[in-house]
Amino acid sequence: MSKPSFVYVTYIRSTPEKVWEALTTQEFTRKYWFGASLRSEWKVGSDWKIEFDDGRIADTGKIVEFDPPKRLVIGNWQNQFRPEVKAEGFSTCTIELEVTGEAVKLTITHVAQGPKFIEAVSGGWPKIMSNLKSLLETGHVAMEMKV
Amino acid sequence: MADVSKFKPNTVYVTYIAAPPEKVWQALTSAEFTRQYFFGFAIDVEPKTGGKFFIRYPDGRAHISGKVLDWTPPRRFSCTWLVEGMAEFAELPECIVTYDIEQAGEAVRLTMTESHSWDIPEAILAGGRLGWPAILSNLKSVLETGKPMAIKMEPPQEMIEAVKKAVATKPWLK
Repeated sequence: MSKPSFVYVTYIRSTPEKVWEALTTQEFTRKYWFGASLRSEWKVGSDWKIEFDDGRIADTGKIVEFDPPKRLVIGNWQNQFRPEVKAEGFSTCTIELEVTGEAVKLTITHVAQGPKFIEAVSGGWPKIMSNLKSLLETGHVAMEMKV
Repeated sequence: MADVSKFKPNTVYVTYIAAPPEKVWQALTSAEFTRQYFFGFAIDVEPKTGGKFFIRYPDGRAHISGKVLDWTPPRRFSCTWLVEGMAEFAELPECIVTYDIEQAGEAVRLTMTESHSWDIPEAILAGGRLGWPAILSNLKSVLETGKPMAIKMEPPQEMIEAVKKAVATKPWLK
């Protein structure tokens, strides 16, 4: 039996370098991640976290692979603010970028230990990636709402 | 007409679009829009439940054909879906494609659900899982920027092989 997983693909009119920057720059992530931002030193082995503006930690993890502007793997990804999701333990998220025609194909593959984590990211990734796509293509996010 | 209760959802794709529901509905149901984001294909639909539904090649031949199961503007558009225009694919059982449009804050959540009445192999589902993100990402770009993206895409070879195998053995008859 394979582990629970969620795959999301989106195509963005941009360059891999710009999409990479949008994924790995704290100030940029803050614009589309619903009141949170991603923090890390962005090298293999460094800690990684999603932090809300008020200082609460949403998720933590470690950078496993860092190969700009193509492939980012975050391991030991664990939810920190919903006990029932945190209890499921670590997940691994792989983000891949490739050029196809005029677009960048962005593929997220999130593999977890349990169904609650997958349910949570199945709701979250489409919102976050839709916002990122809008921001890169139009300069504005699709939704301002906070989680 | 399809017995809807026998179909189960196998592929779901969600995207959020900065546009009103009416505009998203128009993009899904008018040929002027689908030509821009759906690999050049034109939708041709009788705007009522029970109406005929086609997605046509630029030369007018039917690529997809089906029947409208639900026509509720601007909330829900559902139809049966047979890939009529491709050898072998045309012999597969029809599937059901449903679009749901909901307000989500200042944006619209568009959910595409592809449902099947048989135990469809993963290799065949992979085709839709490749195509839908490209089509619906492009729809979002057209509505938000007025401009589609050129995306290159062919059905994966493994999918074509899986379709041939399924058509030869017809597992849905068992």
